[in-house]
Amino acid sequence: MSWNSWEEFWDMGGYAFFVWGSYGVVFAGVALELWLAVRRRSAVLNGLRSHREDAYAEDAP
Amino acid sequence: MEHLRIRWFQWAAPQSFYPLAGRLWPWFAALAAVLALAGLYLGFFVAPTDFQQGEGYRIIFVHVPASWMSMVIYLAMAFWAFLGFTFNTRISGMMTQALAPTGAMFTFLSLWTGALWGKPMWGTWWVWDARLTSELILFFLYMGYIALTSAIDDPRRADRAGGLLALVGAVNVPIIYFSVKWWNTLHQGASVSLTKSPSMAAVMLWAMLVMTLAFWAYAVGMAFYRVRQTILEREQDAAWVGELKEIAP
Amino acid sequence: MSAFMAVLQRDLQLALRRKSEVLTAVFFFVVVATLFPLAIGPEPDTLRKIAPGILWVGAMLASLLSLGRLFAPDYQDGSLEQMALSQAPLPVLVAAKVTAHWLLSGLPLTLLSPLLALQFGLDAPTMGVLLLSLLVGTPLLSFIGAVGAALTLGVRGGEVLLSLLVLPLYIPALVFGSGAVEAQLSGLEYGAQMSILMAMLLLAGFFGPWACALALRIALE
Repeated sequence: MSWNSWEEFWDMGGYAFFVWGSYGVVFAGVALELWLAVRRRSAVLNGLRSHREDAYAEDAP
Repeated sequence: MEHLRIRWFQWAAPQSFYPLAGRLWPWFAALAAVLALAGLYLGFFVAPTDFQQGEGYRIIFVHVPASWMSMVIYLAMAFWAFLGFTFNTRISGMMTQALAPTGAMFTFLSLWTGALWGKPMWGTWWVWDARLTSELILFFLYMGYIALTSAIDDPRRADRAGGLLALVGAVNVPIIYFSVKWWNTLHQGASVSLTKSPSMAAVMLWAMLVMTLAFWAYAVGMAFYRVRQTILEREQDAAWVGELKEIAP
Repeated sequence: MSAFMAVLQRDLQLALRRKSEVLTAVFFFVVVATLFPLAIGPEPDTLRKIAPGILWVGAMLASLLSLGRLFAPDYQDGSLEQMALSQAPLPVLVAAKVTAHWLLSGLPLTLLSPLLALQFGLDAPTMGVLLLSLLVGTPLLSFIGAVGAALTLGVRGGEVLLSLLVLPLYIPALVFGSGAVEAQLSGLEYGAQMSILMAMLLLAGFFGPWACALALRIALE
């Protein structure tokens, strides 16, 4: 498959809205999922760090 | 045999599974990226223009993989649930929960891309064909699972109730598909059907297959990444958690 | 068997003391069936065509409404725990409870359906098939719904959650149940649909109580 130009590629034979509307949502979905997963990791790790500090604070004489 | 059995159950303990999942997910992420690049290249720069559908058919390179994976992931959830009930391992319920969000997302993507594929081809945004309708019902099943596991406070009960729901759902999926297919053939006058894909050149099939594997690797990687957080949350008072590099530098 | 009858009898007696709850589902069915002509218009041919679907969905929703009563009262007063601990196999007791539930909700809906069918201008043979399909279909819905009710016992927002869980699982029953009535309406054979519906009832009646008992034990832990 050889595209004659970038314009032709983006145009997708007139189906640009549908093709890029599909791929766009796929990328958006993946990006969202990744972002949420990383955000959750930070939240959990932060929570555990303060949890641990609290535990050490209790043990301190 | 004894030796083998001990080895498996060793991995099933959260304390062992956490580092294992930690080592595995980067590999699956890399695999997903490589496969996706290869699949997209095949799909956009090798696969030719379709005779009937022009360039619009290229949506299938994400639509079909998303559909397939949405079903595979649900089966995987049911499989982990089955393991959990059989061996009573805690990690099984956690893996089932870790898989669900990606599966639900793929189901949504399947529906969205299906609509965008259907509109230019058959003139309407939604088509009540058997596959798309079954996909919609699968989406409801995912939502039900996520809603149930979120609503139950006790993690153990959430795992087990969710697991049973996933198993009941998995058993029902073929029944649901059969009934929707029957309903569709009875009512469908026109030959509108998303199952009638364009006559596939070999390279189109290859691109679809590569993208499916990419989605699979992505889903597995995400599940391994996610389950680590679940393990940390539930085991937060355990000694080994307090000594992790990430928490106690 | 005696355990089955004992639980059945108990549930029926308890329900008859709270008759209003039984009637609520029935009235809901009537109201829903009335709403559609109001929403769509009184054109007789249209109504006749959509009647099988509407009456089946109405029965389905009314049946769903009453599922909340199936286990919750016993869960709250501790008698469910007693049942779980008793000698009799829990699936048998569950089957008894589901049977009682059907006698109090599904069966009245089924018996009422010919009256509602009149409102939609269905002829006698079609009414007969409607009755038959609901007779087989409503116990099927009860068995499936019971699993959902057990899973959501005591859970926050349980009623709405129950609907979300159970309605997708109801779809095969809906497709074949209303399909049978539609077939009769179009002058076609309805035997295949009824056979499938009965097969599903047998499967659900056998496996449902077992899955339901498991769900109850999960909820009781």
